[in-house]
Amino acid sequence: MTLKTKLGATTALVLAGTTVFSAANAQEMANDMTIVSWGGAYQNSQLKAYVEPYIAANPDVTVVWDESSAEAVAKLRAMNEAGNITWDLVDVEAADGIRLCDEGLVMEIDVEEMLAEGDDGTSAEDDFGDSLVSDCFIPQIVFSTTVGYRTDMVGDTPPSDICAIFDLETYPGMRSLNRRPLANMEWALLCDGVAKDDIYDVLATDEGQAQAFAKLDTIKENVVWWTAGADTPQLLADGEVVMGSTYNGRLFSAIAEQDQPIGMLWDAQMLDYDGWVIPDGLSEERLARVMDFVRFATDTQRLADQAAYISYGPARASSAPLVGDHAELGIPMAEHMPTDPANATNVFVTQYAFWSDYRDDLDAKFQAWLAQ
Amino acid sequence: MAAAFNPTAGKPLRPFLTFALPLLLAFGAILGFIGGQAAGLGPAAGTLVGMVVAAVLAFVLPRYLPQQTGRWTATGICGVLGLLAGGLAGFIGGVILGALLGWAVYWLTTGNYRRGVPVYATSGQTLWHNAFKFICGTIFFFLIAPIVTVIPLSFNAENFFTFTPGMLALDPEAYSLRHYRDFFTNDAWLQPLKNSLIIAPLATIISVTLGTLAAIGLSQSHVPARRAIMAILISPMIVPLIISATGMFFFYSQMGLWMEEYLGLSKDLTGYIKVVLAHAALGIPFVIITVTATLVGFDQSLTRAAANMGAGPAKTFFKIQMPLILPGVISGGLFAFITSFDEVVVVLFVGAAAQKTLPWQMFTGLREQISPTILAVATVLVCVSICLLTVVELLRRRSERLRGMSPG
Repeated sequence: MTLKTKLGATTALVLAGTTVFSAANAQEMANDMTIVSWGGAYQNSQLKAYVEPYIAANPDVTVVWDESSAEAVAKLRAMNEAGNITWDLVDVEAADGIRLCDEGLVMEIDVEEMLAEGDDGTSAEDDFGDSLVSDCFIPQIVFSTTVGYRTDMVGDTPPSDICAIFDLETYPGMRSLNRRPLANMEWALLCDGVAKDDIYDVLATDEGQAQAFAKLDTIKENVVWWTAGADTPQLLADGEVVMGSTYNGRLFSAIAEQDQPIGMLWDAQMLDYDGWVIPDGLSEERLARVMDFVRFATDTQRLADQAAYISYGPARASSAPLVGDHAELGIPMAEHMPTDPANATNVFVTQYAFWSDYRDDLDAKFQAWLAQ
Repeated sequence: MAAAFNPTAGKPLRPFLTFALPLLLAFGAILGFIGGQAAGLGPAAGTLVGMVVAAVLAFVLPRYLPQQTGRWTATGICGVLGLLAGGLAGFIGGVILGALLGWAVYWLTTGNYRRGVPVYATSGQTLWHNAFKFICGTIFFFLIAPIVTVIPLSFNAENFFTFTPGMLALDPEAYSLRHYRDFFTNDAWLQPLKNSLIIAPLATIISVTLGTLAAIGLSQSHVPARRAIMAILISPMIVPLIISATGMFFFYSQMGLWMEEYLGLSKDLTGYIKVVLAHAALGIPFVIITVTATLVGFDQSLTRAAANMGAGPAKTFFKIQMPLILPGVISGGLFAFITSFDEVVVVLFVGAAAQKTLPWQMFTGLREQISPTILAVATVLVCVSICLLTVVELLRRRSERLRGMSPG
């Protein structure tokens, strides 16, 4: 206890020091950072919104990107075992952040001390609000898993709600769904008549799970299962599927930036968070640099800036009013955010507590069901 | 006299109605099916048109036109049909299908199909001879087609792996060099390219040096436990890569820490050293195998003769042995280079992000962002590989010619 308080106090002092005397740069900071992210348009948005401005202010710093977020958990485990941490900052989905935190592979964060307060004066903790799903997780964005469809393959009645996935009569053809239970199980129960508020209670029972699988059985023959976020946009662009689930930013990119004949639904979108975790065991200099960067990269303005490059919502409440136009297309981005009131009429928020309890079990059952 | 060289002499031509016509109808149906699908006529209509065209050509051409003119006529007719059905792209497709059909008409009606077989071959043998050629052709097709598909897709103007309708209609607007521009201007691709060009040559030099020495040593009859040593040296090629990679990850992590701590090397430099050494280990077996194979044809009495004239072992090696086994060394080196240049598993484990190579970048790019830039890179790599192989083959022929091993 005493050690922990002492440590906390030292960190607080050190941080207070860096903020007050930031010009003097009292603390030694490492000059190179390896940042792990997802590649593609998302990584580009981070580059434009946080990294380039940060390097402009700190010209000595060089950043190396590693597009390994998809296997971040496994790689961090291996690095920890080998005693050779080559990453400084890792972008992960909230669920992976929780796992890494439980395993002690990433460090705990003191939100109030380490992160900037909101531009409107709200404390960091209130500003991030519900997105602080783990002690180690520094949220950046809200994204959602939702459904896109080919506008030229759905006839005169484009789908308007999520149950179109299960409606083979009105929308014949293939659909693409994520090769894991998350979102699929919820949608199956919702479209099988389970009330939205009861879904997780039902899904916790064996009968409920059987019911979800039975609903999925009705379309199993017509499903292409995807594993990477880029799959569904590609399948839609090819016309190989008539509709499919993917991340809302991918659909925005295919529709607005690539000009494909694709439309999207916001109904029953599955909201989730993505954010930073800091590997445990960094040297003092490296940690100081990372903390300096993270404080800058998660402030109100930076998170709002990111939305100019990709249609994911900022995790801070204070950033929402600052969301402007798309950097190249010039269209207002606020209406493309999953958190925009018009889009968020019917949403699921990923239930981390439920999924951390049932994930292994449901994953196994889902894979067994796929193999049947 | 001329009759004596006619391969079909002594064997009467098969009757047209029961042999060539049905076969041509079937061939026309297949080509028509393909053409119909491409032009959007539908399978039934396409097949029917194909059969009608094939029947007309089979009756008319051989009877009234000599082979050359007849084949051009068939090409022209199908080209016009394609032009009517699908514009410029249809014309090109039609020309190709027509050329094939015209060739088949004369091949079947003139008895050219018996050209490759002796006069006394039975029908069964002739059939097998042609089936064999067909199978060989199919194998080539399945080997090459996936690679060839990549090339036009890399000129796609869209950001997807899709043959757009515009591309199929040969609309110049649907093609662009933007993905090549992206490759040569985007830092996300240039840095991996640079890394690959640093790592692969260094790994090649190490594997060629060590592999050649090992092969020469192992070819000496007095070396004890030659087979066991050989097996160990070749093991990286036999053990599944993922297992080597896992082992290398832990081994080189420790080694990297040691180098950083005790030798004071920078993080970047140790990263490169680790990847180069790991790739060299993967390349050595290829060098050993090719050089050992070349050494089989090497006359050991030459080294004894050199020694007899007072040359030391080093001089003998460089002046006598090396020039003679050079083709094996070079092709071993080429394999080592390509192993390192194409390798993705080991570098993912051993390398840090600063050592990201081209295959690594392609791998992550393919998973996270299906961007045709990957196809542009693939096309460039295919061209580089073809150039490398051509150069090596030319060098090999030249050295053979110089040594008088092959005529011309």
